[in-house]
Amino acid sequence: MADKLTQKNRMPEWITSPTSRALAALIVVFVLGLLFHAEGAFYKWGTHRDMLRAVSVYGILACGMTLVIITAGIDLSVGSVLALTAVLFALTTIHWQWPFWLAILFCLAVGGVCGGFSGYLIGRFRIQPFIATLAMMVFARGVAKWVSGGQKISTAVQQPDGTYQYVSVPDIFTLINAKIFGGNLTVVTVILLACILISWILLTRLRQGRYMLAIGGNEQAAVLSGVPVNPIKILAYGMAGLFSAVAGICQASQELQGDPEAGVAYELSAIAMVVIGGTSLQGGRGSLWLTLIGILTIGYLEKILSINAVGEDKRLMLTGVIIIAAVLLQKNK
Amino acid sequence: MTMLLTMKDIYKSFGPVRVLEDVRFDLRPSEVHILAGENGAGKSTLMKILGGVYPDYSGTIELGQKPVRFKSVQDSAGGGISIIYQELSLVGSLSVYENIFLGRERHRFSWIERTGMKNEARRLLAELGLCMDVETAVEDLPIGQQQMVEIAKALSYQAHVIVMDEPTSALTEPEVKKLFEIIARLKQKGCGIVYISHKMEEIYQIADRITVLRDGRYIGTETAENLPADKLIHWMVGRQLNQQFPRHQSRLGDVRLDVSNLTVAGEAGNPIPLVDGVSLHVRAGEIVGLAGLQGSGNSQLLHGLFGTFGKRVSGSLKIDGRPVPITHPAGSIQRGLALLTNDRKSTGLVLGRDIVENASLACLPKFSPAGWLRPKAEKRAVSQTLQQLRLKAESLSQPVESLSGGNQQKVVLAKWIQTDPRVLLLDEPTRGVDVGAKQEIYELMNQWTQAGIAIILITSEMPELLAMSDRILVMHRGHITAEFESGQATQETILSAALGETTKGMRNTWRTN
Ligand SMILES: Nc1ncnc2c1ncn2[C@@H]1O[C@H](COP(=O)(O)OP(=O)(O)OP(=O)(O)O)[C@@H](O)[C@H]1O
Ligand SMILES: [Mg+2]
Repeated sequence: MADKLTQKNRMPEWITSPTSRALAALIVVFVLGLLFHAEGAFYKWGTHRDMLRAVSVYGILACGMTLVIITAGIDLSVGSVLALTAVLFALTTIHWQWPFWLAILFCLAVGGVCGGFSGYLIGRFRIQPFIATLAMMVFARGVAKWVSGGQKISTAVQQPDGTYQYVSVPDIFTLINAKIFGGNLTVVTVILLACILISWILLTRLRQGRYMLAIGGNEQAAVLSGVPVNPIKILAYGMAGLFSAVAGICQASQELQGDPEAGVAYELSAIAMVVIGGTSLQGGRGSLWLTLIGILTIGYLEKILSINAVGEDKRLMLTGVIIIAAVLLQKNK
Repeated sequence: MTMLLTMKDIYKSFGPVRVLEDVRFDLRPSEVHILAGENGAGKSTLMKILGGVYPDYSGTIELGQKPVRFKSVQDSAGGGISIIYQELSLVGSLSVYENIFLGRERHRFSWIERTGMKNEARRLLAELGLCMDVETAVEDLPIGQQQMVEIAKALSYQAHVIVMDEPTSALTEPEVKKLFEIIARLKQKGCGIVYISHKMEEIYQIADRITVLRDGRYIGTETAENLPADKLIHWMVGRQLNQQFPRHQSRLGDVRLDVSNLTVAGEAGNPIPLVDGVSLHVRAGEIVGLAGLQGSGNSQLLHGLFGTFGKRVSGSLKIDGRPVPITHPAGSIQRGLALLTNDRKSTGLVLGRDIVENASLACLPKFSPAGWLRPKAEKRAVSQTLQQLRLKAESLSQPVESLSGGNQQKVVLAKWIQTDPRVLLLDEPTRGVDVGAKQEIYELMNQWTQAGIAIILITSEMPELLAMSDRILVMHRGHITAEFESGQATQETILSAALGETTKGMRNTWRTN
């Protein structure tokens, strides 16, 4: 009898590992897609490509969110920083006709500084991450509205005499919005993959990533082990801001405009992606693979619902249910 | 005589790892039954099964004659079992009385009866000889007092089986004495007490019977009279261990650490400093014991030196004759200081991370030139150090929270050895460590001092302090009240100095030699 019991406990490790638990949720969603394929739409690569394109901006935000959540923090400002940088990107390239590389560098710098400043407040003054980034969320939204004058920054440029004149779309917009590999993949998806790779390298290959995990796991022990806690927090939030800027640039390119109202509630989608993957909000554990799985789970869910023409009301309700189901799946026992 | 408790054929595995195999244990009324064994032998696991923490075991448990199967902690508490766990299980942000009554708050018409609970908590604590403010948050108490709160909580259940898993590892002598008085009283009332400890002299002070586990197996049960220390140790470790404290004094070098007039200001708003103008020095190769009761400021002195308190510290510090500023832990580590704190769970380990990551955390730059980690070099160095410490673990990539208490302590030790320190500040280095491993740690301390490292040692185990220190300083309320050369001190003289009686003429004698 004794042996029977211990046998039962001998579940292979790969079944109970966080990755396979997260994968289980993704597979369930995927199988749903195979069943409700909307007259074969789900079997076409184009559907998957569009799913990836639609989810990319959120996914880029989720990369930074993963880093921040691993340090046991949260960043509510990513959506607003996205809007701010989208506005700035449109403004600098369309209106001021900066060279694209300068505009990109400028936007990345603005995003990084916004995030880094939140990190500074959190580390140096011990302001709770929720509060510090909530303030940044409101502030950045305000700046976005101020620089844009509350208007969408598009290719319709107002002339001194009050009339509008259309200018041509800068090449960089077309480039970011393009499909490559024979139309099988979009550039934004490649950017998403690059962001995941960069975050993954940071988290698993660099000392700083190890420090993030240690801070999230036990900040006091980390301090006493000589971990430079404040710089690491600035780095984590700075990276989240940087990725928000990347997402902002992508968003502007996709919409061909910089909208100061863009990105509202995007932080919640990003958080949902991270937690569906199984990264705990308590910090100290998590990985980019899990986040990637979370991104795909939400992406497929949305796509399947939309190809089956499920209304937004039901879509939102179902998304809520799926988040809880996925997180329950992550629980031990 | 009917047994209070019988456990038979107990098996338990974690995944593929079997930690208990065919273990039995029983408990009579009015007895103290010691459960002994090395780190990782399975003592805590056995008691957690009894406490309903691990419902998936196999085997039988009988309370009186009645077979029971505990599926939850509540089940077990309902059966009259109360357990003080090795790792404190208090809620830091809640007050003392809220912790004592957590989960069974008294209420009338669903209004919580605060006054009643506070009074009851005060009574329980007074019984333990403690007077503390029952409304302070537990996290603001030093760890020893937290332990006393935990004990008070366990006693408040009116259980007849009381399990204490290394209750004294955070307590100082007077507190231990009080605890033993309480144990005697519980015995008189007919309670059975299961007591887990690695401290030999404690075991023989209170034991009626002793059961030994080794590697998850039952080795035997004997009365304390029939199981002398050497035989007990043999049962535990499976081999003969000789000499208990193998201190070889090494040749002393120059003054390595020189502290003068160190003051650690009290918490904001508290005018009484934690450490008040302390001066001391430690030579290369020397072990200086730092004795003192709870609140004497000895731990705070080490933290102050190490930079934990940052700007709250004043005074000057010299390492190898060169003045160094007191800044923050990161700077101190670079200057060759290492501080092993007395609370591995909250300040020593990142419990959710694995062994390698924990052991390399304080010297990560060494394993990541230019920022890129070198996992292989890291793992090699860590596993070498941990082998020296004889860590018992399934794999180096298991999270430290799944290690037994003593093995967790070894990981913290490994972390600090990895930093190649010049000065080691050790606050309870053998807390929760078994006899065999203690010997190894003492041997390592010898090796370190031979290599010229200066050590300051805080330990609540008097024999350890007396045997391992080359010099002993005693602190009371932030001051050094006495100093003894090795061999001059006795338990009594240290205790009286720790209670505040300044030994005249002894103080600062070292300044002249
Ligand atoms: N949650 C867990 N998951 C996996 N292994 C565990 C877990 N808890 C304990 N173990 C393993 O079970 C073994 C027994 O641990 P246990 O805590 O019972 O030892 P112990 O006798 O109390 O040791 P110590 O004196 O160090 O406290 C150890 O090898 C430990 O690594
Ligand atoms: Mg134990």
